[in-house]
Amino acid sequence: MLSFSAQGQAPAKTGSPAATPAPAKKVGLGREAHPDEIKAWDIDVRPDGLGLPPGKGSVKQGEELYQAQCASCHGEFGESAGRWPVLAGGRGSLKNEGPEKTVGSFWPFASTTFDYIRRAMPYGNARSLSDDEIYAITAYVLSLNDVVKDDFVLSKENFTGVKLPNGEGFFDDDREKTERHFWAEPCMKACKPDPAKVTGRARVIDVTPDAKDGPKVD
Amino acid sequence: MSDMKTAGPLSRRGLLRGAGLAGASVAAGAFAGPAGAAEPEKVITEIQDWNRYLGPGVEAAPYGRPSKHEAHVVRRNVPWLTADTASSINFTPIHALDGIVTPNGVCFERHHSGVAEVDPAKHRLMINGLVDKPLVFTLEDLKRFPGRVNRLYFLECAANGGMEWRGAQLNGCQFTHGMIHNVWYTGIPLKALLDEAGVKTNGKWVMPEGADAAAMTRSIPIEKAMNDCLVAWAMNGEALRPEQGYPLRIVVPGWEGNMWVKWLRRIEVGDQPWHHREETSKYTDLLADGRSRRFTWIMDAKSVVTNPSPQAPLKHKGPNVLTGLAWSGRGTIQRVDVTTDGGRNWTTARIDGPVLPLSLTRFYLDFDWDGREMMIQSRAMDSTGYVQPTKDELRKVRGVNSIYHNNGIQTWLVRSNGETENVEIS
Repeated sequence: MLSFSAQGQAPAKTGSPAATPAPAKKVGLGREAHPDEIKAWDIDVRPDGLGLPPGKGSVKQGEELYQAQCASCHGEFGESAGRWPVLAGGRGSLKNEGPEKTVGSFWPFASTTFDYIRRAMPYGNARSLSDDEIYAITAYVLSLNDVVKDDFVLSKENFTGVKLPNGEGFFDDDREKTERHFWAEPCMKACKPDPAKVTGRARVIDVTPDAKDGPKVD
Repeated sequence: MSDMKTAGPLSRRGLLRGAGLAGASVAAGAFAGPAGAAEPEKVITEIQDWNRYLGPGVEAAPYGRPSKHEAHVVRRNVPWLTADTASSINFTPIHALDGIVTPNGVCFERHHSGVAEVDPAKHRLMINGLVDKPLVFTLEDLKRFPGRVNRLYFLECAANGGMEWRGAQLNGCQFTHGMIHNVWYTGIPLKALLDEAGVKTNGKWVMPEGADAAAMTRSIPIEKAMNDCLVAWAMNGEALRPEQGYPLRIVVPGWEGNMWVKWLRRIEVGDQPWHHREETSKYTDLLADGRSRRFTWIMDAKSVVTNPSPQAPLKHKGPNVLTGLAWSGRGTIQRVDVTTDGGRNWTTARIDGPVLPLSLTRFYLDFDWDGREMMIQSRAMDSTGYVQPTKDELRKVRGVNSIYHNNGIQTWLVRSNGETENVEIS
């Protein structure tokens, strides 16, 4: 596919007399994407519903699919089997010592669940579910979190009406304001009145791989 | 310091294995200090095999490997951290490296669905969304693009140190600070590709996507994409390693590693962020009040002493070299201070090697050790004047549930036997 273009040396200002700003010089590499190629890869979904495919699925259908495709890792009720992500429960736990960050307790948008299942689940067999199946499994995960009722049918049409409990729980990075005091000339001499004391040590927990004995000094 | 019993009786074998120092026995056993040798050393008086016999020829190792005596310098996993090694992380052995460039074979790995084995002939990069003309590039197209650049950048996982929020847990800077590497990337500015497609005026965000079975996605503001992001195909002069995204990855300098999508196959331009899994349920910072910071992309200034450290204990009194790494996602490292008395008094360390923006910077403090117990810390200051906080200062603002962005000052307790432990101090 040869392109005759300019290799970055096209004379400026000799192009079309259109009123828009002069377009950046084009290198002429690459080719235009075919609409079917974009359709094949552009599977992402946003909170406003952009990217949702046509389709629908019920909680009931989702339960059957979930038990067959998801429960071995995530547990029958989203409680997790072993160390895999917990999907349900944990509501009200975010201030606790052991917060449980699930779809219902933490995730801000339902679209994230749909998008992630669509691109990456089931683990080890991605892109194997139909759109209707993804709607159904998403509906079931939402029902496990008491976000929708057991007779709910999730669809492209009603999707953006689903709101998650922690939807308002996030705010943009504010470190440069709330941590402004970290921008300050540090102390160099006699910075603490008393000698420092050890208050905690990793050895006590003993969770480091391969760390047993100490060294010897000559 | 009453529980020194934990070290137990030392066997030579256990000591070497435990400290990750197999192969160092000659140095450890034979160094006799400044006094003259009573007996001649056999390593000198006897002819060694490698001094007499032929070694392997030039065809023995078409792609070279480190000495067999360096076999302990490897990435390590912490098995209890994750459910499956295909969706897990390992750690760069920073305690065993020097300078600022991380060798390709030991750059830490983080995958969400294992290492994708991509056929470069079948790899494409698509740019679509809010552009004048959606484009598809082959790798050959990209390598013909004008404006190729080489840049050295650190990549730090936002969860580096994440296990330490509630206190000292892991005994080794490989585990506490090893989700980092520093690599020369070769590629082209993302801006060149976006300009080629023509970003529409309402294009405010880009979303890189991977070709692996996790199809990783993140939202990046267009200003960052146009400023310094790269589309890279080489690291440290050779093709990207498969585990680092071969054949193509996006480079997002100074920002958290999760955004540096590997096996890059698509960049979509949009008018809003996507709020995908890796920027909502993960990589958001849960604070003590139950609310979470999102879009905390920049990696704050941070440093760590890599030697001595639990895996690299002190073995000799007298002259010693303390060294470590410092970095900042906001600019260059301006200064690194080191304390050996737990933060009462600080000395500015000597920086050696290039000081580049958004790159690891190497510091040294040459010192004499009299065998006294030490509490060693390092503290980085960057070109914006940001000073690396203590862990307690950080917890005051962020609580202990954040997981991500733990850039607090690390303390190593060096005991009089040289043993070095990860501790927290008052």
